[in-house]
Amino acid sequence: MLSIKNLHAKIGDNQILNGIDLEVKAGEIHAIMGPNGSGKSTLASVLAGREEFEVTEGTVEFLGKDLLEMSPDERAREGIFMAFQYPVEIPGVSTINFMKTAVNQVRTHRGLPPLDAVSFLGLMKEKMKLVDIDQSLLNRSLNEGFSGGEKKRNEIFQLAMLDPRLAILDETDSGLDIDALRIVADGVNKLMTKDKSIIVVTHYQRLLEYIVPDFVHVLYKGKIVKSGGKELAVELEAKGYDWVKDSVVA
Amino acid sequence: MTTNAIDTNPTLLGVTPGAIDTIPSLATLRDETFRHLQEVGFPGPKHEEYKYTPLTRALEKLSLDDQGETGAVNLGDYAIADLDATVVAFVNERCVTPFPETEGLIVKPLQEALANGAGENHFAKIADAKADPFVAWNTLAWTYGLYIEVPAGTTLAKPLVILHVSDGAVSKAARNLVVVGKNAQCTVIQKFASTGKSTSYVNVVTEAFVDENARLDLYAIQADMPGQIQFNQTRVLQKDNSRVNSYAFTLGGKLVRNNLALALDGQGCESHMYGLYLLNGDTHADNHTVVDHMKPNSFSNELYKGIMDDTSRGVFNGKIYVRPNAQKTNAFQSNRNILLSTDAKVNTKPQLEIWADDVKCSHGCTTGQIDEEALFYLMARGIPRSTARAMLLYAFAGETIDAVGLPAVQQYLAQRVSQRLQRNDF
Repeated sequence: MLSIKNLHAKIGDNQILNGIDLEVKAGEIHAIMGPNGSGKSTLASVLAGREEFEVTEGTVEFLGKDLLEMSPDERAREGIFMAFQYPVEIPGVSTINFMKTAVNQVRTHRGLPPLDAVSFLGLMKEKMKLVDIDQSLLNRSLNEGFSGGEKKRNEIFQLAMLDPRLAILDETDSGLDIDALRIVADGVNKLMTKDKSIIVVTHYQRLLEYIVPDFVHVLYKGKIVKSGGKELAVELEAKGYDWVKDSVVA
Repeated sequence: MTTNAIDTNPTLLGVTPGAIDTIPSLATLRDETFRHLQEVGFPGPKHEEYKYTPLTRALEKLSLDDQGETGAVNLGDYAIADLDATVVAFVNERCVTPFPETEGLIVKPLQEALANGAGENHFAKIADAKADPFVAWNTLAWTYGLYIEVPAGTTLAKPLVILHVSDGAVSKAARNLVVVGKNAQCTVIQKFASTGKSTSYVNVVTEAFVDENARLDLYAIQADMPGQIQFNQTRVLQKDNSRVNSYAFTLGGKLVRNNLALALDGQGCESHMYGLYLLNGDTHADNHTVVDHMKPNSFSNELYKGIMDDTSRGVFNGKIYVRPNAQKTNAFQSNRNILLSTDAKVNTKPQLEIWADDVKCSHGCTTGQIDEEALFYLMARGIPRSTARAMLLYAFAGETIDAVGLPAVQQYLAQRVSQRLQRNDF
């Protein structure tokens, strides 16, 4: 599904990614872990198409197409979804109107007819249940005045609505209490199917108890320095990142 | 025949006599105004009130010679769909619709009303000719316009629309006087348009008297008027417990100057002022507003928003006066702007003069660009850049449209504005 080869990226003069290789196949869940500043969020941003980051070397293929050639909206229509670490507040745009526009853009791209108001509402009601989000919240301006938990649930609600092939969860666990974490993780798990993939970017192992990864990769100084199964996350939690840093130096 | 010639330029001073010359009771006012204008002249480029908007220079340069009337005006092109209204339409100075015979409402040509003594108490008293040279010129030069009287206790079911169409390269002056009696209510919408791309000049002055417990909703919709230079002055005098809502939507034109002045000469008044200017090309739009709190316990709120693209320019100047005895005044003002190009400009200036000590007043003005973070967020959900941009700009502008009380007008504006924003070239 996703094939990253020797990816280098910088922002301004700051080189952040220094040669990332990663293969994600359909049906797999990958976790990207690492200390602060290791480049985790940069990787997520580069995949989503954030323009501040400049890719200086390497390739990314998504479903056989050159991802780096695509604008952020094209990537989303092709089936990439990034749940933001800090969802943006947009006064004056309601989540419902926003989602209606987005869903129909994605549907048109897939050769499906746009949803009429009734079908859209039906779809929305179904997905709202998944993340236990209230309609009154969705009638309001996008994320405006939402609590941290509400914002993150709104991200997963959008994920459910857009039905992507690859979901990238960027620090989705930050700012969530244990109940909200469980709701968000349950939502993600229910959406997971054999033809989809998930990349979970996280600092802590906590989220991975609920969204169980097939692979765990440790990012340090812009490179993947260690890969393993889900037990690697547990080991990291117990030993801390210094353990990885030391082993890299050694 | 008297001649008004202070200047040979007909847009600065009409060579044809205005309606005032035909009303004997106004002869003194006419002569005084004429002398005053001769003395003060038109504001030059350094005049404080006009330094960002060189109206005098624009009029000096204006040439109206080549194109006459097209004679092909389709009023339907300028109608507000689904609005159930009484419409009085003027093509140049000619009224082209029958005069309405609405029960409980007096609508007459202002010239006829003044000749019969109606409106004398208010004419040129709310819009003082000495307050502004362009008002002075209007006082001398106006040739058409309406006298609208809503008798005490009357609520007008339908809004009154005054449609001003400039056909061809013309210069004209219009004058309206609106008198809303005690406990009466009405809505007056002035809509401006011009045919083709002809250069035209319109100077319109509207004065309104809003008596105790009365309500007046005033709209100015400036769209479909490429090539137009417009001076639009609205002056309102409010009495106890009256309410005024003013809306100014500037969606086009060449050079537009809107002066809005509300005098709150009563207690318990409420005044709301909303404005939106959506400018591209080399359009220049200037909104000067004054709210004068003269008595205690009144409330005013002002919200003006602007979006400027290309080489367009917006100007906002908002004055709030709170007189010494106007205690317990609440007065709020906000002006927010988005610049879409590096060549677009805005000058915004709040001006608060508060002599009373027990008041709540606030003002704020911002100028910024489109929020790139928000744009990326929308795009990251599959929405193309141009659509995402239109959504964000509409979200910004929409606050002024949402404040419109008439659903049909609101829908009309929403449609016009979103169509404009969705066009990629905007």
